Amino acid sequence: MPEPGYTCGEMMKDFNLVVVGIGGQGVLTLANIVAEAAMKEGMDMKTSELHGLSQRGGPIPCHVRFGKKIYSSLVMAGQADLVISLEPLEALRAAYYGSKEKRTVFVFDTWRIIPSSILTQKETYPSIKEIKSSLKKFSSRAVALDASDLVKKNTESVVSTNVYLLGYCVGKKFFRLKKSSIVEGIKKVIPEKYFEMNKKIFELGFGRR
Amino acid sequence: MAGNFLADKGKAILLGNEAIARGALESGIGFASTYPGTPSSEIGDTFAAVAKDAGIYFEYSVNEKVALEAAAGAGMSGVRSMVSFKQFGLNVASDSFFPAVYAGTKAGFVIVVADDPNCWSSGQSEQDGRYYSRMGHIPMLEPSNPQECKEFTKLAFSLSEKFKMPVLIRLTTRVSHTKGIVRFEKIVKGKTKGKFDKNAYRFRNFPPYLMDVHKELHENLEKLKAISEKTELNLILNRGGKSEIGIITFGASFNYVMDSLDILNLKLPVLKLGMTYPLPEKKIKDFIKDLKTVFVVEELEALIEEKVRELAKDANPQIKINGKDLLPVVGELNVEKVLTALMKITGEKNKIDLKKHLNLFKKLKIPVRKPMLCPGCPHRATFYAAKVAAGHDTVFGGDVGCYILGVFPPLDTQDFVFSMGASEGIVHGIMKVTDQKAIAFLGDSTFFHAGLPGLVNIVYNKSNPLVILLDNRITAMTGHQPNPGMGKTGMGDETKPISIEDAAKGLGVRNVKVINPYNIREMIENIKEFLNKPEASVIVARAECRLLTIRKARKEGRKLPVFEIDPKKCKNCETCLIQLGCPAITRGKGVCRIEKDLCNGCSVCFQICPNQAIHVVK
Repeated sequence: MPEPGYTCGEMMKDFNLVVVGIGGQGVLTLANIVAEAAMKEGMDMKTSELHGLSQRGGPIPCHVRFGKKIYSSLVMAGQADLVISLEPLEALRAAYYGSKEKRTVFVFDTWRIIPSSILTQKETYPSIKEIKSSLKKFSSRAVALDASDLVKKNTESVVSTNVYLLGYCVGKKFFRLKKSSIVEGIKKVIPEKYFEMNKKIFELGFGRR
Repeated sequence: MAGNFLADKGKAILLGNEAIARGALESGIGFASTYPGTPSSEIGDTFAAVAKDAGIYFEYSVNEKVALEAAAGAGMSGVRSMVSFKQFGLNVASDSFFPAVYAGTKAGFVIVVADDPNCWSSGQSEQDGRYYSRMGHIPMLEPSNPQECKEFTKLAFSLSEKFKMPVLIRLTTRVSHTKGIVRFEKIVKGKTKGKFDKNAYRFRNFPPYLMDVHKELHENLEKLKAISEKTELNLILNRGGKSEIGIITFGASFNYVMDSLDILNLKLPVLKLGMTYPLPEKKIKDFIKDLKTVFVVEELEALIEEKVRELAKDANPQIKINGKDLLPVVGELNVEKVLTALMKITGEKNKIDLKKHLNLFKKLKIPVRKPMLCPGCPHRATFYAAKVAAGHDTVFGGDVGCYILGVFPPLDTQDFVFSMGASEGIVHGIMKVTDQKAIAFLGDSTFFHAGLPGLVNIVYNKSNPLVILLDNRITAMTGHQPNPGMGKTGMGDETKPISIEDAAKGLGVRNVKVINPYNIREMIENIKEFLNKPEASVIVARAECRLLTIRKARKEGRKLPVFEIDPKKCKNCETCLIQLGCPAITRGKGVCRIEKDLCNGCSVCFQICPNQAIHVVK
């Protein structure tokens, strides 16, 4: 009756992805695309989401784990292979999941959404340079991309930034997933009438140097 | 939701919550009801999406008590039913929950409750719903992942039908909101029409008959214990090794245990509980009798641990029992916490130095980001107007909905938050014993849910607060479900909307006004006037949830106005920035700035700017 195949697996060989951003930025959509792609390739997978109160303008961490046999949907401290962030400050907050030992890669969009703590309590928002240098201690690589600016130029909206970043990560081989599987994932998750537009944005990200 | 959700075979990626609904469909359910609440909402939302195609009945009931009663009524009439809600929903429903257990059921009747350890989306308490099974003498099943959510639901229906009593399934946020691969079996077309047979002895909860049933419930528990001993839901993994250390766990914690064992490359025996009430006492005794140490891994209270301590007195008095000495009672567990505890118990080392990592992380200076009302949210407009109109001493009664986010500065308009509808009851009490003025803020769905009795009490027992009903025409916080003010049922059918203002008038409130909260001046003037009335007043602040307005506009290809600040006119007084706390307004270079990609065009900043520096982007 319980889920079949409870064994001690090989956790360290699993792929751990953390997607972060703010409610409404398309964090869950990105995670769902990757989850579908992983299933397509015959792997076990789990994702973890947060809904409700925390979704309203708060930070949204979404975890995706895939491999032979996955138990917890949560990525442990320092154990992410890849962190994709739709917002710079949230990339910094996600440093928790990265480490030098794991050779974590961070990819984040440079479009800033200023939290109220900075506006009303006069805290300062760190610069992109500061964020990149802080992430050095938690990664092997941290890439900042002007993704939403580019996406906006192409589509007049920042909605597809998530797919651009995904394309970039696939192009750079930060995933152990085939491009065709990811495209299948997009097809499954994104409504049909927006598929072509998203595919185009995905390719733009994929081809980015 | 997966496109093949109603397929008879195959697999799909489902949320734990979606898998619960799928399990109900594979069990021949005919009736489902709910009141939405995170982390349970997607159970009802899934039924809402498929009910018509699956040929079952579904409703968003007005509150959880009514939802449970309706599902009980269906079960008593021979139609398999399910009711689902969050932990506080079971509190609301509890008045009928216990009699429902005593009354029993004819067809399978499953109650699903979703707890929220860590209070990710719960502003009342961090409660442990497992106590309800103990109080109610009702079996409880606790799945660990989406596949189990489906399987356990099917077992819950068969148990319920066998024992003619409701069965509880308990989820937690990390089970409800974990997605995983679920393998489908055949959907069973259930009965949607039954018959209520009058039965002199069943259903009529009345003394002295009640004591007979109470006795019967205890006898049932003995039979259920026998099932708990035998069921494969309570299984031992990694059996056969010569380990002196064993682990007992269930639910989401089971996953953290398995990951921790993997990291440490250990193979310790694990007793995984799926049926957590009544517990398989003999199985637990057998499991612990040859161990030197047992580690009980459970979230929130030490319910299982206490039971293991009791059983150990008999089975293995020498055994060392670890549990809440190494794990927190507060907040949810994760691999980090379980791994650290397991390393202490086993003396194993791990190549990941967690402590060093956490110290490194703590050194980072990361500004906090709290959840907040969306740009353009009508509640922000209402809160701003109320703060301007009411004196500093006015009490702001808070309630449960998106507007709970008014707790944060700069809005600060939730002086207390209790439970659904509580704003009215509490301001009434405060006004009876103080000379302060008071405003109760509650939403449209919350008003129907539990706000009506509070308003009756205010009118009848004569206090004079201002009740502001934040009518955004939807149940927003939980994912935009319909409510009785809207004229749409959970299955998408038309129905007569219930008018909030007519309800207030009908209850005897004489000062009732419907105002668009985006008209700041009108709001301020009316709030001032109503606060000085000698009897109760109601303002219905009516404006659609801005997210809906945006979605509609996007669908129709319309563009909403976007505002900008003229840097030549802006005197950097920061009125817009500091008073509204709108995510779209930020500091620019020596002036304030509106982030155009975030602005949802509500115009409130435009109305309140003392320098007329804000205007629509042409």
